[in-house]
Amino acid sequence: MSANDARGGGVNRRELLKLVGAASAGTLPLGAAAACDEQQKQAPAGDAKPVGSPGAPRYGFFNFEEVLFVEAAVDMLIPADEVGPGALELGVAFFIDGQMSSGYGRGDRMYLQGPFIEGTPEQGYQLRMTPAELMQAGIKDVDAYCREKYHASFHDLASSDRNAVLHGLEAGTATLTTVPAQVFFNLLYELTLQGYFSDPIHGGNYGKGSWKMLGFPGIGGMYADKITEYRNKRYTADPVGIQDLT
Amino acid sequence: MTSKLQPVDIVIVGLGWAGAIVAKELAATGLKIVAFERGPPRATSPDFLAPQVHDELRYWNRHELIQNLRKETLTFRNHPAQTALPMRQLGAFWPGEGVGGAGTHWSGLTWRWLEWEHKMYSGTVAKYGRQIIPADMNLQDWPVDYHELEPYYDKFEKSCGTSGKAGNLRGKKIDGGNIFEGPRRYEYPNPPLKQNYNMVLFERAARNLGYHPFPVPASNASRAYVNPDGVVLGPCHYCGFCTAYGCEADAKASPHFTLVPLAHKNPSFELRTNSLVMKVNLDSTRKRAVGVTYLDALGRELEQPADLVILAAYVFGNVHLMLHSGIGKPYDYETNTGVVGRSYAYQSGAGVGALFSRDTFFNPFMGSGALGTWVDDFNGDNHDFAKSGYIGGGGLEAGSNSGTPIGHHPTPPGTPRWGSAWKKAVQDTYQRSVGIGGQGSVMAYRQCYLDLDPTYKDAFGRPLLRLTFDWQENEKRLMQHQTQIAAEVAKEMGAEQVFARREMARHFSIVPYQTTHNTGGAVFGDEPHNSAVNKYLQSWDVANVFVVGSSAFPQNAGRNPTGPTGALAYRLAATLKETYLKRPGPLVQA
Repeated sequence: MSANDARGGGVNRRELLKLVGAASAGTLPLGAAAACDEQQKQAPAGDAKPVGSPGAPRYGFFNFEEVLFVEAAVDMLIPADEVGPGALELGVAFFIDGQMSSGYGRGDRMYLQGPFIEGTPEQGYQLRMTPAELMQAGIKDVDAYCREKYHASFHDLASSDRNAVLHGLEAGTATLTTVPAQVFFNLLYELTLQGYFSDPIHGGNYGKGSWKMLGFPGIGGMYADKITEYRNKRYTADPVGIQDLT
Repeated sequence: MTSKLQPVDIVIVGLGWAGAIVAKELAATGLKIVAFERGPPRATSPDFLAPQVHDELRYWNRHELIQNLRKETLTFRNHPAQTALPMRQLGAFWPGEGVGGAGTHWSGLTWRWLEWEHKMYSGTVAKYGRQIIPADMNLQDWPVDYHELEPYYDKFEKSCGTSGKAGNLRGKKIDGGNIFEGPRRYEYPNPPLKQNYNMVLFERAARNLGYHPFPVPASNASRAYVNPDGVVLGPCHYCGFCTAYGCEADAKASPHFTLVPLAHKNPSFELRTNSLVMKVNLDSTRKRAVGVTYLDALGRELEQPADLVILAAYVFGNVHLMLHSGIGKPYDYETNTGVVGRSYAYQSGAGVGALFSRDTFFNPFMGSGALGTWVDDFNGDNHDFAKSGYIGGGGLEAGSNSGTPIGHHPTPPGTPRWGSAWKKAVQDTYQRSVGIGGQGSVMAYRQCYLDLDPTYKDAFGRPLLRLTFDWQENEKRLMQHQTQIAAEVAKEMGAEQVFARREMARHFSIVPYQTTHNTGGAVFGDEPHNSAVNKYLQSWDVANVFVVGSSAFPQNAGRNPTGPTGALAYRLAATLKETYLKRPGPLVQA
C-alpha cells in the first residue's frame, strides 16, 4: 500500500490546507498536504527541517489545489517502496514549485515569438506557453478531466484511478481542454525525475536519498587513483552534494 | 543612431576555438585586433570551480553554457516542402556562448581526420567509380590534403595536451594506436587516459573479433602538462563532470585558458564580451568589407571599421552572418545554384545498450569527457562501401563519461517509464549497464542546406537561419550497420542482454540531444561554383573576409570536428601572417 492510499480517503485535506495556508501567511510548510495523516512521519527525511522551523521549505508558487495535484502525481510516478524513497518524501513537489518560479519556469531561455503553428513531432515544442504556464494550465485541465470522468479531483481518486489518469495523459488517450495531454505529462514527468535525481541544493532529493539508492557518490569524487583499482568492484561512498562542500 | 568607432586592423567574430587560435597566433604582429564574443567572459577561477560547477541540473538540463534561444535560434524542417518552425527549446545540438565558446563545455575528443576524410570524392571514385555516388549527393574533396594539415594538427594537439597513442608514426604502423590514421611526425603529447572496466572488456572483445581498438585521443590531460606556450594543464580527476561543464582542473583544454590569455599578450588586442555582431558591412561595390555593426552589452548599436574581418563563430553563426550581410551567393535549392548555406551536414549516432550480469560493476560516475576505447575498422573508407551498401563510415566506442543520474539511469526495454517497477529496474541496472555506440559520417545533399527563414526573426530583428535536413538512405544504412556491429561487440564482451538504444529514426528530430557536430554551409574548395570560400578560407566574393570553422567542411565524418577545426584555424593564422597581411587581396583568382 502506498503512502497515498493511506491518506487518500476520509480527511478533507483541502479544508485543512486552507487553514495551514492561512496560518503560514499564504505559503505551505513542508508536508502540508500530508499533515493530516501518517505521511508526515515518514516524509521529511535526511536534510529536511521540521515543519514550521526557520528555513523549512515552503511552496512559493503553487496554490493549494496545485500542491495537492503535484504531490499526488509525483507520489504515483515514483512511489516509496522497499527499493528506495518516493518522490514525495524526497521533496520533489517542492523542487517543481521552485523550478516554476525560476528563470526556467518563466521561459527565460526559450524562443517564444510567433507565429505559433502546430508542427511535426520532429520539430519539437511549438506552444506559446512557458513551462510554468503549461504546468498551471495542465493541472486545471486534469482537474476538470477528473471531475468529469470520476466526479472527484485527482488527489481524491483511488490509486488505481490516478494510475489510469496518468497513463491516459502519457498515451494521449485522455483529452484535455487547453493543453495537449502528452506535452503536459512529459513536462511533469521530466520535472519529477529531475527533482528526484538532482543535487539537493535545488530543493528535491532530500538527504541525497536517490543517490544512496543508486550508489551514486555525488559531486565531490576524484577518481584518478580509483578508476583502475575499482574495475569490476563496486565503489561506495556516502554521497556528497554541493551544500556539503560549501 | 549608430556610433562609428576608430578603425582597427582586424575584427574577429566569435571567441571559441577558431577565433581564439587566430587571435593568439596573431598576437606577435602587434596589430590592432578586436575580438567580439556574444556571451560573457569566462575564467576557470571563479566560473568553473567546484562544487557549484558540478551541478547536473544547471549545466546539463538548464544549459548554463549554451546558446540562449530567446536571443538567437534557428528554424527547422525535414524537407523543402515543409514549413520550417523555430527551435523553441534546446535539443539536438548545443552551440556555446561566452568566451571559449563550445570549447568550455566540449568533451575533448581530438581527432585528426583520416586521409580519405579529406578527399571523400576522389578517394571514393578511385575505388568504386562515379556510379556509386547517388545523384543528390554533393560529394566533394577538401582543397587541402591531410599531409598539408599535419603540422597544424600537431600544433593543436600539443596546445591541448591531447592524451593518446600514435598508430602511424612516419608511416610505421603501431599496434595499440589507430593503425588507420595518416602518418604523423610525432607521438601525442601525453599518454592515454586510464581504462575503466568497460573499456577493458571492449578492447578484448574487439580484438577477438579481429578489429583494432585504441584509446580515443582526449584533450583531458592524463598527467600534469605544460604546453609549448607555457600553459599548465591537468591532470584529469576523472570526476565525471566534463561534457556540458567547465573543468576546474584545467585538465580539459579550453580556449578560455589555453589561448585567450596569450592573445592578450598583444597590447593592441581587445576583447569585447556580451557584444553581438549583427552584420558585416560592405562598401558600395559589395566586394570589400569595411567593418562590422554590433550591439554592446547595453544594446547600443556600434560600428567598428576594420581592414580585415574573420568570421569564427559557430557553424550557424558564420553562415547566418554571410547570408545576412550579403557575402557570397546564397544557395538556392530550387535551381541548385549558389554556395552560402550549401552542403550542410549533421552527424549520425547509433549503437546498443548492453546489460551484464549482476556481479558486474562499471562505476559509471568515474570518467572523463573523452575517456573511451575506439574501433575505426568501419570508419572512413576502412571497409568496402560496395559491400556495406553506403558511402562513409562510423566509429564504435565504449567509454565512461558520466554517471550523473538525471541523464544516466538506463533501463532495459520493456521497463515501464515510472512507478515501482521502473525504480526497481533503475536501481538494478545502474552499475551493470553500458552503451556501445559511435558516430557516423553524414554526406552533403542537394536537399540538406541552410538559408534565411522568410517568417521568423531573432530578438534583434534579423531573419532566423533556416535548417533543412533529414536522414537519407545512405546514412540510414550506415546507422543500421553500425548498430549491428555494436551488438556483435557487446555480445562478445559477455553482455547478458543487448538492445538498440533508440528506435532507428525515420526522420531526423530536433528534439533529443544527439551531437553538436554540425558542418558545412560555408564550404572551402577550389571552385567558386561549389564553395563559399577558397582553399585559404577567404571569401571568393569579398576578399577581406575569411570564414573559419567546421562550416568549411564539405561533408561530415564519423568523428568529432574539433581537431580539423583547430588545424584549419592554425593554418589560417599562418596564411595571414605569411601571405595575406603582407599583400592583402584575393589569394586565389576566381
